[in-house]
Amino acid sequence: MNTQTLYDKLWNSHLVRTEPDGTALIYIDRHLVHEVTSPQAFEGLRLAQRKPWSPISMLAVPDHNVPTTKRSGGIADPISRLQVETLDANCNEFGITEFKMNDIRQGVVHVMGPEQGATLPGMTVVCGDSHTSTHGAFGALAHGIGTSEVEHVMATQCLVAKKSKSMLVKVSGVLRNGVTAKDIALAVIGKIGTAGGTGYAIEFGGDTVRALSMEARMTLCNMAIEAGARAGMIAADDTTFAYLKGRPFAPHGAQWDQAVTYWRTLHSDEGAKFDTLVELNAADIKPQVTWGTSPEMVVAVDGLVPDPENAPDAVKRGDWERALAYMGLQANMPIEQIKIDKVFIGSCTNGRIEDMRAAAAVAKGKKVAGNVMLAMVVPGSGLVKAQAEQEGLDKIFIAAGFEWRDPGCSMCLAMNDDRLSPGERCASTSNRNFEGRQGQGGRTHLVSPEMAAAAAIAGHFVDVSKL
Amino acid sequence: MNKFTLLDGLVAPMDRANVDTDAIIPKQFLKSIKRSGFGPNAFDEWRYLDHGEPGMDNSKRQLNPDFVLNQARYQGAQVLLARENFGCGSSREHAPWALEDYGFRVIIAPSFADIFFNNCFKNGLLPIRLAEDKVDALFKAAAKAVGYRLTIDLEKQLITTPDGQRYAFEVDAHRKYCLINGLDDIGLTLKHKDDIKSFEAKHRAAQPWL
Repeated sequence: MNTQTLYDKLWNSHLVRTEPDGTALIYIDRHLVHEVTSPQAFEGLRLAQRKPWSPISMLAVPDHNVPTTKRSGGIADPISRLQVETLDANCNEFGITEFKMNDIRQGVVHVMGPEQGATLPGMTVVCGDSHTSTHGAFGALAHGIGTSEVEHVMATQCLVAKKSKSMLVKVSGVLRNGVTAKDIALAVIGKIGTAGGTGYAIEFGGDTVRALSMEARMTLCNMAIEAGARAGMIAADDTTFAYLKGRPFAPHGAQWDQAVTYWRTLHSDEGAKFDTLVELNAADIKPQVTWGTSPEMVVAVDGLVPDPENAPDAVKRGDWERALAYMGLQANMPIEQIKIDKVFIGSCTNGRIEDMRAAAAVAKGKKVAGNVMLAMVVPGSGLVKAQAEQEGLDKIFIAAGFEWRDPGCSMCLAMNDDRLSPGERCASTSNRNFEGRQGQGGRTHLVSPEMAAAAAIAGHFVDVSKL
Repeated sequence: MNKFTLLDGLVAPMDRANVDTDAIIPKQFLKSIKRSGFGPNAFDEWRYLDHGEPGMDNSKRQLNPDFVLNQARYQGAQVLLARENFGCGSSREHAPWALEDYGFRVIIAPSFADIFFNNCFKNGLLPIRLAEDKVDALFKAAAKAVGYRLTIDLEKQLITTPDGQRYAFEVDAHRKYCLINGLDDIGLTLKHKDDIKSFEAKHRAAQPWL
């Protein structure tokens, strides 16, 4: 019998046509839109006198530019404000559902979509944002696209694509105390490198992954792009269905039952062939901290900053030296001795309710260290914020000296006012530690929410598994 | 989109791996609602000594003398020589817009990030994957000779060096066709409108909850 991977099934069920060279037209079920990568696409539609093929497949939200304080006063920066207003106007003109800045459902697009049930198993999901891989956690084929492709999907409901190779990342066993999906993701990237997944669609499997909650699965798939893979995915199962049931965009009644029957087929068949297999033992994974300017520059919290002398080749040695200089770190320094100036808890990677709970559990009854100038918690959406407040998490954070903000992308990429100053060092739950990512000259260390909260309290990195 | 057929261009080397799209065009310039004018801010944080913001007069800003593209010998470069995983990170198409607006038409590297690679073809930029040892040889040659140029023939899928060495490269037939003819995909895809409609009808019948 012909065995198929989950990726094969998702690809084949959306194939409109294939050209002789393998270039295919793939039908897109869900198109998520935000303010940064869409204005030029809408303008392109207008110039060509085209209309969106299926406005109901689209769902829009402003997230990158929105302020996380004093939101009722609007956006102070006129350029940011124009970009958000342009999204509002475009959605209005073309009849696209949008959760505007002051709607409680507003949030980071990759938190908002799943929360609304707008991402369903078996779907193809695109968005002009590389972290669209997040939605693969539902057994969907989801990946980021550029603005030309945003316009293409708007106009044709299809994407021109070529099938990727397939990679299975299999994680087995029980995670240590204090080790999270974020640490799995960083450990995978540390192992295969930021280009390790280039040209691949990654499926995450194994009993460790099966045991993860939906929030944790989203964190894992979110970071697939940092391993170079446009798409990450996890087979749909009862955890997926329990998360989706009753959400606004999810099917209801008889259609729910019909959908679940189909969704149960969305897994790789026994014996399905992958082009590459990567295996990790969960028990080997410790809390991770990045030390450099690429997510692959990562070590366990009890490790040392690497020495460029030990780099595998000359190009890497140069990269490590540049990274150490930029980060202001010495080779062979223990990670736990690195002192931090700021803490950012939030983003499409770690801005969900579980992340808020995990960070609050560490912060409860403690105080942010004196050397930490700012520790901010930015919930991923208005609904995450409301839920957290209902649980009293906001009070825990505020009592400990954290700032409790309004939802948005915030200091993950620092397009709004939330940013690092040159030389400032941040423990961040976001996804990229590139030079300047959180502000020009800013120094980012990627960690889990638990590790970020623990660093805020201690003033330096500590092994959360030992607390 | 600009057509690409044949180019004889000056080469500039960028000798570091994992050059990300945040470095190619920093986030503050993504607030623009236009798709042009990003060239003066390409590599902004590396290129200038001050902090750049939209709306600044870039001609009055102080250039970083240590940044490779600021060297006199690389002015007017159209071919960027790069290392592994060029264009990683964010999906921002502003990155190829900035490179193209700066004047580049070709990027040669051992590997590219998938989304960036794809975005290049939509903007008249040709990204070429070449084996690491060949890229290395080109880096050495470009460092040695001031004014080092390469000829890139997309039709024949050939790079020719000044001393007549030839490197063949791969490119998808569909992408090559679009680039040579300066075609955008939407018009081509809409030729298959009936296929899309019939697929959509079947798809929705099978999954009525969509």
